[in-house]
Amino acid sequence: MLRRLLIVLVVVVILAGAAFFSLVYKPAIDAVPPGQAQTFDTALVAHGAELAAIGDCSSCHTTAGGKPFAGGLAVPTPFGTIYSSNITPDRATGIGQWSEAAFQRALREGVDRDGNFLYPAFPFDHFTHVSDDDINALYAYFMTRQAVNAPSPASVLQFPYSIRQAMAGWDLLFLKKGPLQPVADQSDEWNRGRYLAEGLGHCAACHTPRNQLGAEDSSQQFAGGSVIDGWYVYPLDKNSPAPTKWDVASLTSYLKHGFAQGHGAAAGPMAQVTANLAGVNDADVKAIATYVASQMGVDSTTPTPAPTTMAAGEPSPPLNSGDSLNLPMTVPTGADIGQTVFATACSSCHTAGRAQPFGGVDLRQSSAVNADSPQNVVNMVLYGLPASDGKVGPIMPSFAGALDQGQLVALLGYLRSGAGKSAWSDAATVVADTLSGKTAVKSYSADGIERVPGAGNARTTP
Amino acid sequence: MSITLNVNGQDQTVNADPDTPLLYALRNDLELNGPKFGCGLGQCGACTVIVDGKPIFSCLTPIAVLEGKKIRTVEGLGTVEKPGPMQQAFIEEQAAQCGYCIPGMMMRAQALLEKNPAATETQIRTALEPNLCRCGTHMRILRAVKRAGELMQQAGTGGNA
Repeated sequence: MLRRLLIVLVVVVILAGAAFFSLVYKPAIDAVPPGQAQTFDTALVAHGAELAAIGDCSSCHTTAGGKPFAGGLAVPTPFGTIYSSNITPDRATGIGQWSEAAFQRALREGVDRDGNFLYPAFPFDHFTHVSDDDINALYAYFMTRQAVNAPSPASVLQFPYSIRQAMAGWDLLFLKKGPLQPVADQSDEWNRGRYLAEGLGHCAACHTPRNQLGAEDSSQQFAGGSVIDGWYVYPLDKNSPAPTKWDVASLTSYLKHGFAQGHGAAAGPMAQVTANLAGVNDADVKAIATYVASQMGVDSTTPTPAPTTMAAGEPSPPLNSGDSLNLPMTVPTGADIGQTVFATACSSCHTAGRAQPFGGVDLRQSSAVNADSPQNVVNMVLYGLPASDGKVGPIMPSFAGALDQGQLVALLGYLRSGAGKSAWSDAATVVADTLSGKTAVKSYSADGIERVPGAGNARTTP
Repeated sequence: MSITLNVNGQDQTVNADPDTPLLYALRNDLELNGPKFGCGLGQCGACTVIVDGKPIFSCLTPIAVLEGKKIRTVEGLGTVEKPGPMQQAFIEEQAAQCGYCIPGMMMRAQALLEKNPAATETQIRTALEPNLCRCGTHMRILRAVKRAGELMQQAGTGGNA
């Protein structure tokens, strides 16, 4: 009896061991032999470039001032700091030895060529949905980039996250491999948009809150609310703070140009996304907009009429040409500090009625002013929207140093009441933490280049 | 409206609208012509002055928000007879060509070096990024700021003459 029990126990242990081994052991995939130049069709490479732009690969795989795709960007996470890898075709430090099979496994399963588990800061939980053809084009694109010899620093993670095999458990729990099945009652355009947004575009990687283990909480798809690179992430679901509802046309314009009339301009890490999407074909950008708009509750089949009123119920000023502006506000007698700051420092652009990008958005329409957190308004006032190189785009000057803490907090109060919203309870804390540097903010221009404050400039688009 | 501005250590009364940019008050009312009008949009840095230790664009800062704050212009860094270390360094390195951007460059560099006279070249480049120079004297400007830092460290002062 005892003997039989022992045999069963041994068998169970062996089976469990084998299961565990098969789970955590991933074989290395043979290296592409050296000296064997791979050639790719130029049209395929160009297609891959668009896909890489949709994937926003450059944002994480390029550092400020660094070479395109050479990696090394520190990605802070609650579990430690992960450094992005070099994805140029350098054989020693990049992916030059990777066959397409190895590249595909990394995207689909989060395992590198050597068989090491990758951390989900690399969004393979999204890239797993990418089609064979698109992976083929991406591979062609990356294998034809300039090889850069640049070893990435080792990631610094707390135990047990420092053990890469532990990611096998994470993958088991959270990695839903395979293609997305089209939704039958949605249009082809919507399904295309979903494929791009949920796959390569990995919108949810920032716009969906994460759980204790760093996985997206799918019950809160697109609920936003976290802070990334010092910027508050807007919800893209029905709680979008935009007082003028987004529709497919305005979202397409925003994603393609980095700003939309009546909404505002992309700033922070989103400026990198829109800078990349500027080079993507209109049909794909519109498809993404169609899908995202539907998440906000917009019916993709009926266009939303242009709004004629603003949040506080007053009609919008008519948009003027560049040389006929509304006069700036005068400071009313008895104005409080917030109103004085707004009238003297903000209104000459923000109430001038000039169309974007040369005029400032009506701040009652601004998502930043209507959002649950004052962080993005604070960032915009302090760091502005730096000018892009050789490209027309929205700008805003930096008011860092010009306004003190009390004036900033008062301005936030004025903006909120102007938009018909209750005051932010955390305004003073957010202003203090941003001024002191406790909240580190990265500032980007409309062409996606990181500007001061930060470590200097980087052209993040290749 | 009349507003009191503390400029280079002196309280001065200016009669101007509250939304008057500080730059206009400095140049037109107080006859301090060091700060320059370049773009008027906070994009070039020629108008840079120091307010409470921080460099700001005076072209877009309304005087209404400046009451009680300490404003410093390039005139406050020294005189022709007795230039401050920043001015001395710019003269020694002959860092000006047309000179239009130089007062702004000096003020932003001054704000940096007062916090950290041993700033590295990377720190200087990062700090000066908002200031543009069309002549292309950047290398001399960088050398001058480095030298100013050395002069300040030798003198053990915060940089005023």
